[in-house]
Amino acid sequence: MSTGRRLAPYAFVLPALALFAAFKLYPIAWSFVLSLYRTVDGADTFVGADNYARLLDDPLFWTALKNTAVILVIQVPVMLALATGLAVALNSRLLRGRTLFRLGFFLPMVTGLVAYGVVFSVLLNEKYGLVNWLLHFAGVDAVPWLTDPLWAKLSLALALTWHYTGYNAVILLARLQTVPRELYDAAAVDGAGALGSFRHVTLPGLRPALLLTTVLSTIGTLQIFDEPFILTHGGPDNATLTIGVYLYQNAFSYFDFGYASAIAYALAVLIGILGLVQFKVLGDPS
Amino acid sequence: MTRTTRGRGLALSWGLAIALAAVLLPFYWLVVAATHSSGEIFDSPPPLTPGGHLAANLRSLQDTAQFGRVVLNSLAIAAIYTLCAGTVCTLAGYAFAKYRFKGRDALFGLLMLGLVVPGQVTLVPLFKLMADLQWLNTYQAVILPNLALPFGIFLMRQSMGAVPDELLDSGRIDGCGELRLFVRVVLPPMRPALAALGIFLFLFQWNDFVWPLIVLRDSASLTVPVALASLKGVTDTDYGAILTGTAVAAIPMAIVFLTLQRHFVSGLLAGAVKE
Repeated sequence: MSTGRRLAPYAFVLPALALFAAFKLYPIAWSFVLSLYRTVDGADTFVGADNYARLLDDPLFWTALKNTAVILVIQVPVMLALATGLAVALNSRLLRGRTLFRLGFFLPMVTGLVAYGVVFSVLLNEKYGLVNWLLHFAGVDAVPWLTDPLWAKLSLALALTWHYTGYNAVILLARLQTVPRELYDAAAVDGAGALGSFRHVTLPGLRPALLLTTVLSTIGTLQIFDEPFILTHGGPDNATLTIGVYLYQNAFSYFDFGYASAIAYALAVLIGILGLVQFKVLGDPS
Repeated sequence: MTRTTRGRGLALSWGLAIALAAVLLPFYWLVVAATHSSGEIFDSPPPLTPGGHLAANLRSLQDTAQFGRVVLNSLAIAAIYTLCAGTVCTLAGYAFAKYRFKGRDALFGLLMLGLVVPGQVTLVPLFKLMADLQWLNTYQAVILPNLALPFGIFLMRQSMGAVPDELLDSGRIDGCGELRLFVRVVLPPMRPALAALGIFLFLFQWNDFVWPLIVLRDSASLTVPVALASLKGVTDTDYGAILTGTAVAAIPMAIVFLTLQRHFVSGLLAGAVKE
């Protein structure tokens, strides 16, 4: 093998590795060091594990954790159920214009978070928004979409679902297309109805893609920042204060970099644990 | 039998069409709102068809947020980012897919760590780093940290797996150097995958919010999402202007996506599903 061929791969990965080391690995390590300090008026004092102890006693952190958990528990299952239904519908032999539908449902994904956040905040305006105006025609009273603590969380879940359902459906659809038609035919011969073949053929076939989308959605929702920042500013009354928003406030409103770093590490640990649990529960048993 | 099948097919198509209409409603409404004044948007009943306030909204955006400059910032940052990150990710992905070398799997695993560690962990140290370098309000502060994007490297490794070894070997027998081999032999047939990566990177950077929000403070240096968010904070918010800006930001994206979507979706899926 020529020297050029032996050295080439190192040269090719070098830019990526150097950039990754400088702007990812180094900050990850620095962040941990920062989390052991307290920043007051720009001066750092070493406080050991105090920031982590403070987290446990911080009611706002627990509120943020609870809010994030509520959004996660509502949003991820609903979105993945919708995405699965959409994928099955898009995979149907009976459907015409599949490409067009796939495209249309994917379109929200390319819209920026800020852009759709602004649009949703106006659409969901309690007094003047289009959504409540339409509901009024259906005889439904005005819904306090962004001003009631529970509705505000649901609105965030709604916005996230609007944004990501099509994307997840496309991932699931690609997997679904690899499930052999013969399996459905065999299920039909065994007397399975539509529901039976969904349970015994579609769902097992989708398993790897469902695992992927579950893990990715969970990671994404746990880090949720843009939507509450734009739509609700964490309010009303901290009802949509998420871990991401609380971290941002501590870092860039109160400039307590140490405490913000501790929150970041707590979030990373949480994501790691949930990811592992999901792999254990949903992953291939073997 | 065929009649009920046809009926079910029709029901399915109509059901999906109604769902799609609901999903696309915000896009239609954005176009409507962008052409109305703030007052008209909050009229009762709300406007349902385009109005004549577009030019006034654009002027207001230019006056309050230097919007022309902001769009140029966004375009320049996204274009430079796509070019540089595309090069870094494609080179690395190619090496990981088509060469055997010591430490390959360990290095790839290390890079993929970036997919798992939440971005928030690096937010504060990166901000301090940029402040120390006096790079706040600069393009490089926005562009550099995400150049080695783990997802991009992953995507390229998956796509490059399709390059046949025989093609590389015959190029080497012809006396082609490794870099020339990459540029002349590998890249041309990879155009669809490169298009997918390019759109992904461009969209990622164009829409990115948190990081530019943190490092760009000076109003002349802002990108579109940051500028729009800052307009929303004002007490007497001009929603007509903001929504016009939002439409300006969304329409080019929709066009890029619709024209190149064939490459985009299939390219992303090749990355997501193969393993």
